[in-house]
Amino acid sequence: MIVEFGHFALVLALGVALIQSVLPLWGAYRRNAAVMAVAEPAALIQFALVAFSFVALTYAFVASDFSLKLVVDNSHTLKPMLYKVSGVWGNHEGSLLLWTLILALFGACAAVFGGNLPPTLKARVIGVQGLIGVAFLLFMLLTSNPFLRLAVPPLDGHDLNPLLQDPGLAFHPPFLYLGYVGLSMSFSFAVAALLEGRVDAAWGRWVRPWTLAAWIFLTIGIALGSWWAYYELGWGGFWFWDPVENASFMPWLLAGALLHSAIVVEKRESLKAWTILLAIMAFGFSLIGTFIVRSGVITSVHAFANDPERGVFILMILGVFMGGALTLFAFRAGTMEAKGVFSMVSRESALVINNLLLAVACFVIFIGTIWPLAAELFFDRKLSVGEPFFNAAFTPFIVALAMLMPIGAMMPWKRADVGRTLRPLWPVLALSLACGALVFAIQTGRSAMGPIGVVLGLWVVLGSVTDLWARTGRGAVSGRLARLTRLPRADWGKAVSHAGLGITVFAVAAMLSWKIEDIRVVQVGETFPLGQYEVTLKSVDRVEGPNYLSTMAQMELRSGGSLVAVLTPEKRFYPVAGMPTTEAGIDSGLFRDVYLVIGDAQDNGGWAVRSYVEPFAMWLWGGAIIMALGGMLSLSDRRYRVAAGASKRLDAVPAE
Amino acid sequence: MLRGLGLSLLVAMAVTGAAHAVQPDEVLADPALEARARAISHNLRCPVCQGESIDDSSAPISRDLRLVVRERIMEGDTDAEVVDFIVARYGEFVLFNPKAEGANLILWLAGPGLLLMGLAGAFVYIRRRADPVAAVELTEGEKARLKDLI
Repeated sequence: MIVEFGHFALVLALGVALIQSVLPLWGAYRRNAAVMAVAEPAALIQFALVAFSFVALTYAFVASDFSLKLVVDNSHTLKPMLYKVSGVWGNHEGSLLLWTLILALFGACAAVFGGNLPPTLKARVIGVQGLIGVAFLLFMLLTSNPFLRLAVPPLDGHDLNPLLQDPGLAFHPPFLYLGYVGLSMSFSFAVAALLEGRVDAAWGRWVRPWTLAAWIFLTIGIALGSWWAYYELGWGGFWFWDPVENASFMPWLLAGALLHSAIVVEKRESLKAWTILLAIMAFGFSLIGTFIVRSGVITSVHAFANDPERGVFILMILGVFMGGALTLFAFRAGTMEAKGVFSMVSRESALVINNLLLAVACFVIFIGTIWPLAAELFFDRKLSVGEPFFNAAFTPFIVALAMLMPIGAMMPWKRADVGRTLRPLWPVLALSLACGALVFAIQTGRSAMGPIGVVLGLWVVLGSVTDLWARTGRGAVSGRLARLTRLPRADWGKAVSHAGLGITVFAVAAMLSWKIEDIRVVQVGETFPLGQYEVTLKSVDRVEGPNYLSTMAQMELRSGGSLVAVLTPEKRFYPVAGMPTTEAGIDSGLFRDVYLVIGDAQDNGGWAVRSYVEPFAMWLWGGAIIMALGGMLSLSDRRYRVAAGASKRLDAVPAE
Repeated sequence: MLRGLGLSLLVAMAVTGAAHAVQPDEVLADPALEARARAISHNLRCPVCQGESIDDSSAPISRDLRLVVRERIMEGDTDAEVVDFIVARYGEFVLFNPKAEGANLILWLAGPGLLLMGLAGAFVYIRRRADPVAAVELTEGEKARLKDLI
């Protein structure tokens, strides 16, 4: 019964979303306050209805209601409770419901926290948000209904893909969607501003916190996904340039660009048209990502559903929203006169370069992702584009970004002097280069990537510190320290985020260049060397988990004879899904991870064992978390007080 | 229930319990040659998987290809010859690093091309924003006020 109510609520939500989009937009056009006032309650009711629907589906999963096709396909009575719940979004239909829920949530947040917006802008933002809701509710009800029943319910389900039965992956999609869908707010603000025909500093200040929130969630979501790939897939890698990974990375890059250009709109009233275009494109790439994941046109390890009908529907959504917004942009962009004047060397110009690098980097990933499709369609060539291409074509942009970042971040607005900006940075540059040279000398004979990573990482991190210190002005150190604590949160946020990026850049270079790998057959009781460690295979046992069978090895990790850790790498087999998974045994440390994987039993009695020493692995995700923390600091800045409340509200979502 | 299932599935496990990627028995004795083999197989795509390299893949064909790569290296082929040998049999689909020739030039040049166009566009835009006349010109009101002040 609850399931039927959930289904019904979804249909009702579609009706409310229609009202939410048509009436406020019309009311704003006619300047009719009474009609515009429909926006708020409609947004709240739509959210309540979709939330109820989501709860109903979650109930069906928790209670293992096998009369629902979706539950049969993705759940099993023996599955641990956490994965019964995460199974709700571990599939196409359920994740689409989560997507729509978050979309409605953002609409409701605009209604609740948009008190300081001009009434017409607010009505238009909520209206456009409602329009996106209509599209996705229609998509769900017409092609991917999660509430379809089975006439004859089976006794038990088919289980969730075992790879997804993991805490990292339970929380990865909600964060990713909060990011993806959060960009719909930037889009709605952009379209609303185009309808209003006005973009000013205030608009920049309103749109920025939403973009910032979306970017924070995307950062966390991508980091969680990468971390999961690292420990779950058993290759010791962290990024595979898979189409689906790229799908989340492209909006992240554009959201990063948008964050920075919105500052220029807010502080200097320039780059207006470009910022609007970025806001439209950022959400466009979210939709393209949705298309890539769900259409099955581009093959990927984690593509969801390979149904052409769904792909066509998403393409239609993409076409309508991008086509509509870009047409509107073409008509209105000319009217957005920039006010601020700035010289060739200035903070504004530096941010233009930042935007250029991020946008072109995004484009490079885009063309690399769709090229196999394009080549087959237009040139009849079946080919692949993978890691070597992306490493070669994308890395230069990040290197350039990291090189310019500390300089641009310290440039004053309007007019800057390169010599004066660089003055406090020379010692930082000298120190970074010296450390890089030292590392290069120590590691003799290896690729230069590691030392370059050291230089870039130090340069960016120390550059951020220098920037923060320079902001405290002149005078005695004690006075400057006191002023340091009173700097605006936005300044701290900027420095922390930039430093986080520096740490991640360093960790990527370190992991790619200094990794140690060892593959061998090991007999039980045998000890083998791994870098500075000795590893002993103590035993291999069959163990039974709640819904899997495991081959679990006991391995001792010693350094100079003293025990560092006992690790238990596993090879699991999930009988219901008929799938094996690898659970690596990982000893995480501050400076390195030791990563052990147990393979097959060999004919001569031993076991295949793969072992890695992954230098600075934790720094990679640590850097990402620091980036996100910087974003939160910035979001809590006083001038966004209202929006900061909005973000607190958002943080509560995954717990529902 | 699971226990009953378990025994028969342990047998199945031996078959499907896919070990992944390079197996110890494939590894060449000479570390330099092995490193070359790894580098080559890292950039070759498994023909039947979804976006995995033969180095990462557990599919039987990937194992065969890894062995072919090592065989060719032992025969004295250069890296390029090994890759060509496999591309001749499986097509350019197996190349993760698409050759920069023909239509693929679009792929390789799109990024740098767009960057140059963007730089040119940004340069023109900023030059216009930095128009010194616009920068110093005062409104009538400001001129009058300036006169008063002086």
